[in-house]
Amino acid sequence: MNWDVILPLAVFLILVFLVGIYTSKHIKSGPSFLQDYFLAGRELGGFVLAMTMVATYGSASSFIGGPGAAYQLGLGWVLLAMAQLVTGYFTLAVLGKKFAIVARKINAVTLIDFLKSRYESKWVVILSAVSIVIFLFSAMAAQWVGGGRLIESFTGVSYTTALFTFSASVLVYVIAGGFRAVVITDAIQGVVMVIGTVIILAGTVMAGGGIENIMGELKAENPNLISPFGSDESLTPLFVSSFWILVGVGVVGLPQISVRAMSYRNSKAMHRAMIIGTFVVGFIMLGMHLAGVFGRVILPGIEVPDKVMPLLALEVLPGWLAGIVLAAPLAAVMSTVDSVLLLVSSAIIKDVYINYIKPDASERFVKRLSFGITAVVGLSVFAMAINPPDLLIWLNLFAFGGLEAAFIWPIVMGLYWKRGNATGAIASILVGVGSYMWLHLNDPNLWGMHTVVIPVVLSFFAYILGSFTKGDRPQTNTF
Amino acid sequence: MKKGNDWRYKISNKEAIMGTVLAVLNFIWWYAFAYGLGGRPVKEYTYILGFPAWFFYSCIVGFIVFTILVYIMVKFFFKEVPFDADDQEREGGSQ
Repeated sequence: MNWDVILPLAVFLILVFLVGIYTSKHIKSGPSFLQDYFLAGRELGGFVLAMTMVATYGSASSFIGGPGAAYQLGLGWVLLAMAQLVTGYFTLAVLGKKFAIVARKINAVTLIDFLKSRYESKWVVILSAVSIVIFLFSAMAAQWVGGGRLIESFTGVSYTTALFTFSASVLVYVIAGGFRAVVITDAIQGVVMVIGTVIILAGTVMAGGGIENIMGELKAENPNLISPFGSDESLTPLFVSSFWILVGVGVVGLPQISVRAMSYRNSKAMHRAMIIGTFVVGFIMLGMHLAGVFGRVILPGIEVPDKVMPLLALEVLPGWLAGIVLAAPLAAVMSTVDSVLLLVSSAIIKDVYINYIKPDASERFVKRLSFGITAVVGLSVFAMAINPPDLLIWLNLFAFGGLEAAFIWPIVMGLYWKRGNATGAIASILVGVGSYMWLHLNDPNLWGMHTVVIPVVLSFFAYILGSFTKGDRPQTNTF
Repeated sequence: MKKGNDWRYKISNKEAIMGTVLAVLNFIWWYAFAYGLGGRPVKEYTYILGFPAWFFYSCIVGFIVFTILVYIMVKFFFKEVPFDADDQEREGGSQ
């Protein structure tokens, strides 16, 4: 075991844990409990909002998988990763103040609350809740597995122990503190992600003898490493551009991101969050992926892409600094799973149970139920992650693109197109998820674009067509 | 409910369009520099601060320019509106 590395990681875990517990003291009882537990009473300021959006979006792939791919393919993959800059401002600008205002008018706590009032359709609610629970549950389990493996690989403790440490720390603060604990810890995790990026980038540039030298050596090894087309010339402009949908503008459709667009305090918070978020997401993506490319000169010949970052950190940095850098991917994983866990539990409690099973449940009971369901969901993810079943891994393949294709149009068109109605939304969700799954299995990357593009286009037409065929527009002026 | 459209939605619609236009500009900048300058044979590349020029302009300058543009858009074009119609005082207060 490598104690130099373990110590900063342990300090980080304990810090996050304590802060999470501390914030849970602020949970209110009474009629505002649900708003408070699932949305922190809509009081997020600009900095926390920016950080929770970036940290929820940034996952293990930003720190492990992405830099590993950049290591193999060169600057072309950094170019692809920079498509994510747009997520820093686009979601907040497009959902905008309207989403925040509407959410307040209808008292929405979850994304589905919004869809429910907008479309007034049981089927929209059920379909959305089912897609959220199934896809995000499996996505969460996959991240959970990633978190366990990460701790295992840095520290040498067994996978089960690592998983247990990881899950226990996340679970306790999410259950006790709800959304407020999630976003405050997200802010800390976001800061750790930025610091980790600065350290590893600086360390790698120094170890490689400066950027000029690194570029020279990359060019000598394979000139394509410094072209936008990738070391094996597999990155066509069309393919790389299509990531602007998957990891750029399409992120609007991810429920764990869009729910944050109803959680901020005022216009000022939203404005600040856009500036901070753009800077932070751009900096992390640019820095981490560049470090991956530079790493090729320092440690050539790494076969497994996921090992690039850990090995690089241990090579170019002293142990304790490497520990801080390696806390960054762990922070990224934690900040994603805590948000998703809460979202899944809100879908079960608020969207299904209170809407359809027991609308008149007493406040005290709802409170206990919220803690209970969050715990049950968390524990079942933990149980699944110990020995992940194939079905879960299979479902996770569709989680990201499937959710984007399902929700992007019901949310965006629901906000800005009065004519849109329930038939359109149902058609859009079914066509989006269905075509994404079908394409992914039968014809991935059709016509040289990422699989997500065509389902997003199809679900758009499904929405329009459905809305024109049948049903009425909403009768109120709320939207 | 029926009293015409909420005045704040007009502002919000305008801002959503601005955000979309900025995203389109961002894409054009990113694409034009990457494949305009980077599409040439690697032998002909020029370098700035050690980076190939296409990468420097597309990814590094692009990152800085668009962060500044977001700042300008938000500071000078986005308007502050109250969120709680019946509770406008709170908006001014800070914490």
